[in-house]
Amino acid sequence: MDQEGCRLMEFISEVMVWFSEDGRWTGSDGILPRTVEHLWLAILPMIIAAALALPIGVWLGHRRIGEFAANAVVNIGRAIPSFGLIILSGVFFLRAGVSLRFWPAVVALVALAIPPIFTNAYAAIVTVPQETVEAARGMGLTEGAILRQVEIPVGSAVILAGVRISFIQVLATVPLAAVLSSGGGLGQYVVRGFAQGAGARAEVFAGALLIALLTLAADWAFSSSERFLLPEGIRRLRPEEVKAAASVS
Amino acid sequence: MILAQQTMPLFDWTWVGRNLDNIWDRTLEHLKLTGFALVVGLALSIALAALALRRPRTYEPITAATGIMYTIPSLAVFALARPWFGIGFVTAEIALVSYTLLILIRNIVAGINGVPPGVREAALGMGYRDGERLRRIEFPLALPVIVAGLRIATVTVIGLVTVTSLLGLGGLGFFILDGIRRSVIFPTGIIVGVVLSVALAAILDLALLAVGRILTPWTRRDAV
Repeated sequence: MDQEGCRLMEFISEVMVWFSEDGRWTGSDGILPRTVEHLWLAILPMIIAAALALPIGVWLGHRRIGEFAANAVVNIGRAIPSFGLIILSGVFFLRAGVSLRFWPAVVALVALAIPPIFTNAYAAIVTVPQETVEAARGMGLTEGAILRQVEIPVGSAVILAGVRISFIQVLATVPLAAVLSSGGGLGQYVVRGFAQGAGARAEVFAGALLIALLTLAADWAFSSSERFLLPEGIRRLRPEEVKAAASVS
Repeated sequence: MILAQQTMPLFDWTWVGRNLDNIWDRTLEHLKLTGFALVVGLALSIALAALALRRPRTYEPITAATGIMYTIPSLAVFALARPWFGIGFVTAEIALVSYTLLILIRNIVAGINGVPPGVREAALGMGYRDGERLRRIEFPLALPVIVAGLRIATVTVIGLVTVTSLLGLGGLGFFILDGIRRSVIFPTGIIVGVVLSVALAAILDLALLAVGRILTPWTRRDAV
């Protein structure tokens, strides 16, 4: 075997050794607790962000006001570097004397999660055909009933698409929280390894592999359950039609 | 330690004054990392979009593959590429380029496919051949959608460049990482890094918007 091949085999075995070390899976710094931490750091901000952004986005969409706000929020959200946002959040929490392990990341991730959820919720409702809404109004539905029974179901695919974009973005940013503290879920392996240099190359690579797999798995899980979260009438559309509706944003 | 952090001012203008050269160099590095990623990303995207337009069956696999690249977090891409490409520019660019592809390919294909069939037929009737029609009729008409994609890609990449500070690069991200890694946290550097990065994104976004308008004068009349 040539030298390149030897070095590759050596690297692969280093990574495999890392995976099989004592306490690697269930220890306090193990893969399972780190994965749980990673998911919780993504899900909690998502719940908070959805609770804030969905009602406001849907309501503004129903009243057909705030188009400027919807555009501005998504542009600003995209321009702010998530890495900077997490660290800035850490600085402010530190000044307030709070531990850096959890809350700074949650607050930064909530801010990051809001724009796609808000903008899609707004766009979903605003793009419901005006005639449909008028028809519902003519049938005597109250405004609340129009929102609940007509606009939200028709816009559900677009609303869910926003939640999904947001979730994947948040999940991808969680590892950066490891720069702040000993938290950051699976990101801890990579960030810690980067700081240690060449000696930790197996840990860096293994951590990255786990992060990539977790994110892809979450994306896959979300998109395959998406159909079942939609109302029946929308679900009966062919997949292409649902996709077309969801790609409005 | 906490006491020391509380006495550190939130923003120290004198530091900014003393470090203007340094800040300028890091801004240029930021622009270099962004520009290189966009040029390479655009070239690859044009090639892949051309393939997808010529053979529509390749569109799904192309967007699926670039979609996976888009989904994998930047930190993981850096770490996965590092053993093979070393710590530095190439590893950083692999990650940055991989984020531009999905956005650009989707917008190029959507832009070209969005050209009204009547226009296409008129061009055919006037005797335009395939390549010429694409270059002189379809591409200019698709330009607003393509520029929209380029703007999103640009703003996304500028934000991601800050993460390359973990690879010893980072452009303005250097100040962000440096600020948190000092024994006494240094908010000034962090704020400078974040604010200038946002400003850079806003400036380039507006510049691309302006270039797009200049290149497509026919869209200006109904634009507010």
